[in-house]
Amino acid sequence: MGGTILLLALRSIARHKLRSFLTILGIIIGVGAVVTMVTLGKATTAAVQSQISALGTNILQIRPGQGFGRGGGGPRPPDFKPADVTAIANQVAGVTAVAPQAQATATAIYEGANWSTTVNGTTDASFTVQPWPLVAGRRWTPAEEQAGKAVCIIGNTVRQNLFRGGQAVGQRFRIGPISCDIIGVLSTRGQAGFGGDQDDVVAMPIKAVQRRFTGNRDVRLMLVGVDQAYSTAAVQASIQDLLRERRNITQGKDDDFFIFDTKQISDTLTGTTTLLTRIVAAVAAISLVVGGIGIMNIMLVSVTERTREIGIRLAIGAVAREVLMQFLVEAVALSCLGGLIGLVIAQLVILAITPLMQVPFLFDPQINVIAFATSAIIGVVFGYFPARRAASLNPIDALRHE
Amino acid sequence: MLAARAGAGQGRAVASSADPLIRLRNVTKAYGSGATQFQALKGVDLDIQAGDFVAVMGPSGSGKSTTMNILGCLDVPTAGEFLFKGVHIERLDRDQRALLRRKYLGFVFQGFNLLARTSALENVELPLLYRGDEKKARRALAMGALEKVGLDQWWDHTPGELSGGQQQRVAIARAIVTQPDVLLADEPTGNLDSERSVEIMELLTDLNRASNITVLMVTHEPDMAAFARTVVHFKDGLVERIERGHQQGVVPEMR
Ligand SMILES: Nc1ncnc2c1ncn2[C@@H]1O[C@H](COP(=O)(O)OP(=O)(O)O)[C@@H](O)[C@H]1O
Ligand SMILES: [Mg+2]
Repeated sequence: MGGTILLLALRSIARHKLRSFLTILGIIIGVGAVVTMVTLGKATTAAVQSQISALGTNILQIRPGQGFGRGGGGPRPPDFKPADVTAIANQVAGVTAVAPQAQATATAIYEGANWSTTVNGTTDASFTVQPWPLVAGRRWTPAEEQAGKAVCIIGNTVRQNLFRGGQAVGQRFRIGPISCDIIGVLSTRGQAGFGGDQDDVVAMPIKAVQRRFTGNRDVRLMLVGVDQAYSTAAVQASIQDLLRERRNITQGKDDDFFIFDTKQISDTLTGTTTLLTRIVAAVAAISLVVGGIGIMNIMLVSVTERTREIGIRLAIGAVAREVLMQFLVEAVALSCLGGLIGLVIAQLVILAITPLMQVPFLFDPQINVIAFATSAIIGVVFGYFPARRAASLNPIDALRHE
Repeated sequence: MLAARAGAGQGRAVASSADPLIRLRNVTKAYGSGATQFQALKGVDLDIQAGDFVAVMGPSGSGKSTTMNILGCLDVPTAGEFLFKGVHIERLDRDQRALLRRKYLGFVFQGFNLLARTSALENVELPLLYRGDEKKARRALAMGALEKVGLDQWWDHTPGELSGGQQQRVAIARAIVTQPDVLLADEPTGNLDSERSVEIMELLTDLNRASNITVLMVTHEPDMAAFARTVVHFKDGLVERIERGHQQGVVPEMR
């Protein structure tokens, strides 16, 4: 009997193509929307988290100014001095290392290849505060750092543009006013969270940059490593006090520098994207419900036709159970088909959109299962229950149904 | 299958040849309840012998269809006895009645009641599907039934592509494909012109004679009742009179 019922159900679907299509359309849209939205939300969250974790945790970043922008009008606050770096390293408890940075832009030239890039002067501490392994070569020695020698560690983008596939370590190239020996190549980091290619960089000892590029001993930015055992908030407060004193900021005046905690940013951004994911998921869930209502409408519209059909089947000797099984199988088959199509479409849309959004492709089994199960339940509820009502009628009442 | 399901009734009922195929005793049917209750049948007594061709006549609202639906096990009496082959049908449950319809009864309705968008062949096959016949047997029996009603050339047409007369013949093919004992037809010619009606009546007469199917037919056209051997007249929910041994071909007189 099972084969017969399956046959009857499939015949009925095939015979009512428009009705079947309209029924599954709601499910396709609902499932597709939910899966796409939730997955994209999760992919965005994942991308933001990975970019932030690339910044490292337990790191404080200190810059002059009031925020990422320049702030209001007025003179630009001064950069930091080398003495500020040593003061923080030596006087604040919980600080493991301080990596100063001085930056300039310059054109790198190697055998006729030109590449404009960022020169980042720093100390060896930066490689430990914010771990950034090398794929080739070595870091500079304390002696080279102390002397401010022209030794460079280049990012992958620079390597590709100057050396193509060739060997970079050991070569000497020109950057801005100087010639520089390449001693190492950094591993690839990719795009930064706020645009910009993190691999488009040439790192060298800060003294070399200060002497040959910026022409002063200013420090643009400091990265402070915090000991795991200390709270970053407490360390941040100590640094703030110290810098206010060193920069002669009188009481009642605002800081002319700002310190931010990468972990705090990470938490904020993750919280925001998670919230966004939830909102988007809620909107998508509404579309699933709307899809369900669509199915219900189609089913209700066809209920007269279906009730008479049930009457005919009962009259020629079908047992109510057989008729119901047919309708159940039909409903399940339709909604599963709709659910599957929805899932496939969702994956295709995700595949197409993720590169545009610059987030990784992601397959989230949980939401796929949830959306699919929901669609199946909707189909069964709306397809089966009207049929159950009809099958409980006397055959003659079902036949007379108007 | 019925024997197993209908159990109690079937066991002791070894119907003698004299026993009627169908026996109604004091059957009543009330529609609705309370103040709006309507007594459609007020105590019908009726015996029908196997192999008979019965026409049920009477004014509109006299309870003809109600009786046919009860005889066809599509509806249940409010009170009274209904014996089919000696089995008390009023004691059967829904599923048992369904199995009884499947095995012993065939229906033809005024409105044809074919499945839409379904070929003639598949419509005729449907009862065989529920009976559990294999595909080959189904095809053969259904084609045979279509041949009997003269529509084997039209097997792949859907009801929408067939005329009223043709649809009714498909419905008859569907009703007889399981070789039932009884064919019940409620105004089978009600939606057809007189030429088509006569064709249907000739078909029913032929089935009654050649295949020995008991035919019960409601009609209010004396010309159609002329094909029957027994004419049962209804009035106000009661059997008014019965003409037995009615000479087929003679138009019964109306009183
Ligand atoms: N489902 C129903 N509900 C209420 N009244 C009904 C129903 N079916 C029939 N009746 C009433 O029962 C009476 C007999 O109906 P019916 O058997 O269809 O008459 P006939 O077929 O002889 O014209 C009519 O008065 C009709 O209105
Ligand atoms: Mg009637």
